[in-house]
Amino acid sequence: MSKFVYLVPLFPLIGFLINGLGRKSLSKSMISVIGCGVMLASFVVSLLVFFDVKANGATTVELFSFIRSADFQIPFAFQVDQLSSLFLLIITGIGFLIHLYSAAYMHEEEEQHFGRYFAYLNLFVFSMLLLVLGANYVIMFIGWEGVGLCSYLLIGYWFKNDQYNYAAKKAFVMNRIGDLGFLLAVFWLLFKLGTVTYGDVFSRVSELSSFDITAITILLFVGAMGKSAQIPLYTWLPDAMAGPTPVSALIHAATMVTAGIYMIARSNILYTMAPVSQALVAIVGLATAIFAATIALKQNDIKKVLAYSTVSQLGYMFLGLGVGAYTGAVFHVMTHAFFKALLFLGAGSVIHAMHHEQDIRKMGGLKKHMPITHITFLLACLAIAGIPPFSGFFSKDEILMAAFSANPLYYYIGLVGALMTAFYMFRLYSLTFLGSFRGTHEQAHHLHESPSPMTIPLIVLAVLSVLGGFVGIPEVFASDAHSLENFLAPIFAESNKLAHAHHLTHSQEYIMMGVSTALIIGVIIFAVTKFKKAADVNDENTGVAKVLENKWYVDELYDNIIVKPLHLLSVFLKNILEKNIIDGVVNGVGKLVGYGSRQLRLLQSGQVGNYILVMVMVMVIFVLIWFNDITIMNFLKKLF
Amino acid sequence: MPIQYYIYLSLALFSIGIIGVLTRRNAIIVFMCIELMLNAVNLLLVAFSKMHHGTALATDAATTAGIDGQLFVFFIMVVAAAEVSVGLAIIVMMYRNIHSVDINFLNRLKN
Repeated sequence: MSKFVYLVPLFPLIGFLINGLGRKSLSKSMISVIGCGVMLASFVVSLLVFFDVKANGATTVELFSFIRSADFQIPFAFQVDQLSSLFLLIITGIGFLIHLYSAAYMHEEEEQHFGRYFAYLNLFVFSMLLLVLGANYVIMFIGWEGVGLCSYLLIGYWFKNDQYNYAAKKAFVMNRIGDLGFLLAVFWLLFKLGTVTYGDVFSRVSELSSFDITAITILLFVGAMGKSAQIPLYTWLPDAMAGPTPVSALIHAATMVTAGIYMIARSNILYTMAPVSQALVAIVGLATAIFAATIALKQNDIKKVLAYSTVSQLGYMFLGLGVGAYTGAVFHVMTHAFFKALLFLGAGSVIHAMHHEQDIRKMGGLKKHMPITHITFLLACLAIAGIPPFSGFFSKDEILMAAFSANPLYYYIGLVGALMTAFYMFRLYSLTFLGSFRGTHEQAHHLHESPSPMTIPLIVLAVLSVLGGFVGIPEVFASDAHSLENFLAPIFAESNKLAHAHHLTHSQEYIMMGVSTALIIGVIIFAVTKFKKAADVNDENTGVAKVLENKWYVDELYDNIIVKPLHLLSVFLKNILEKNIIDGVVNGVGKLVGYGSRQLRLLQSGQVGNYILVMVMVMVIFVLIWFNDITIMNFLKKLF
Repeated sequence: MPIQYYIYLSLALFSIGIIGVLTRRNAIIVFMCIELMLNAVNLLLVAFSKMHHGTALATDAATTAGIDGQLFVFFIMVVAAAEVSVGLAIIVMMYRNIHSVDINFLNRLKN
């Protein structure tokens, strides 16, 4: 079955072509059937591939030779192994649910925009699948750029709004900064090893000097920073919420932003060999986790809270990668995909009911109007907060335990972040669903539960969020019950051999779990009681709260230290360098040629005498030149 | 007769021709000067041909070396005759059209 893996990305590509080309002639129902159908087909093939890999192990499927030059070649090949097949399931499974949800969520759109939306979404899934399936860094890079493009297109989907276009551009440019790092790393690998195929690179990694490995891994991590929204390149992700909500769920929560984690998990052996880079990954991840969490505490836009929460959770994943808990990071990618997609889709359902109102200060009391959305949202909040036995508990716990064995300080900071996560999620939950409704009468009148194509994905994702953690039961509860770790073992085998894992004792783990769970429950109760009444939500924030509400003024900082100087420089270049110097040179050459030809034209007087005079003069000159010939000289001397 | 004399004569003829072409405006005189230059060259060709042939005969009685110069002169004469007929026809046409044979009036190809 693995050899048919090319069908997985092929289906979305076909969907993209049909919906993209036929967007003006196909009806909306036709477009949604095609859009969702290709995803379902792709999901079914992914399932078959997954079970094939589970039974028969990994293979590489080579389709054709992509770039070939002498003894250097890059095949267009797909790596079908445990890691990529797991990602295939996440992408196509959640992708299908979100396509289904989109069909209902976007029903107000005009037909051709509806088609455009589904075409972009299918193209995104195609690129993402290329990214995870590629058997070398170049194929990964194609997918990497493809998802960046689709992200740009979908953020700016409502292109008539300038603000949204600006957000799209910001996302694209920030991603490009990261992509440059990725590209440099790929060139470095090519220069040193002459190959970019995973298998060859990982088996020949010992040929690289430690400086090379460190540089390559840091450059790769720069790429991951851009794509996965880590400090300092994270500011595009909250702005990316300008896109339609299902897009935020699929691209900016569940799949694309985890590309960086996938890439580092894929290159785990390189990172294990470079402790400096690993420490950098862990520190940047942890800093992002805590920093984004503080911002999320004070945001009032339902999607902005979720966006900062995503940045924060991605930080945890990088922390996991940085401390060598590769399985934990991938596990968290999976559970996060479930509950964060669910949170975004739930938020979408709320926004849909509120007629595109996103400010949580104007919500409240939606519990009785939207029961399904409420229950599923609550389950997702419990999952992300890390309450056992919901999925987030297992994955976050695994990362934090690994962080503790690497450096206890990581653990304490991470725990503070986890408490903040619980606080802002339940602040969001209480303000939205509890208390009394604070919107307009008109909105109150129209509150309704969303239609079934929207609630079914919510229910499915809620089930996954609740049960998803049981694939990774830690050893402390039952030995050898971590089926995900066993499944992924071949991918991380080399790294685990090199890493010096020192396990915690069971009693330590129990104490830490108990303490953290108790603290989280305490924070949740505090948040719910504080915000149930929602008395102070409209108060003006002061001091630290004001700084948090304004996102630490990072956007303003970037504006002042990077954007404005660059803008000034470009104004200078445009007005001084371009207009005076470059234009001057170009116009000067033109004028010179014009002047020269006007002068030369005087030669053509029309007077035959002049022409002959010139001819005779030139002949005399030729004869004078000829004089240099020694034999002629002698002949003439003899003559005269 | 030494070869120098021929050379001096043909140089003089050629120079007269050139100066005539450069200074005179009457088309017929210019034409005559051109003929003068052609004949200066012809004279030189014949003179050198005779000289080379004479030196070659001293070593080999049956040689034909150097006579091709004299042959060439006949070709030049034929070409010159053809040129004269065409040129004179042009001058006649010119006179019919502008009632003058001044070459300075022939500047319409300018620009």
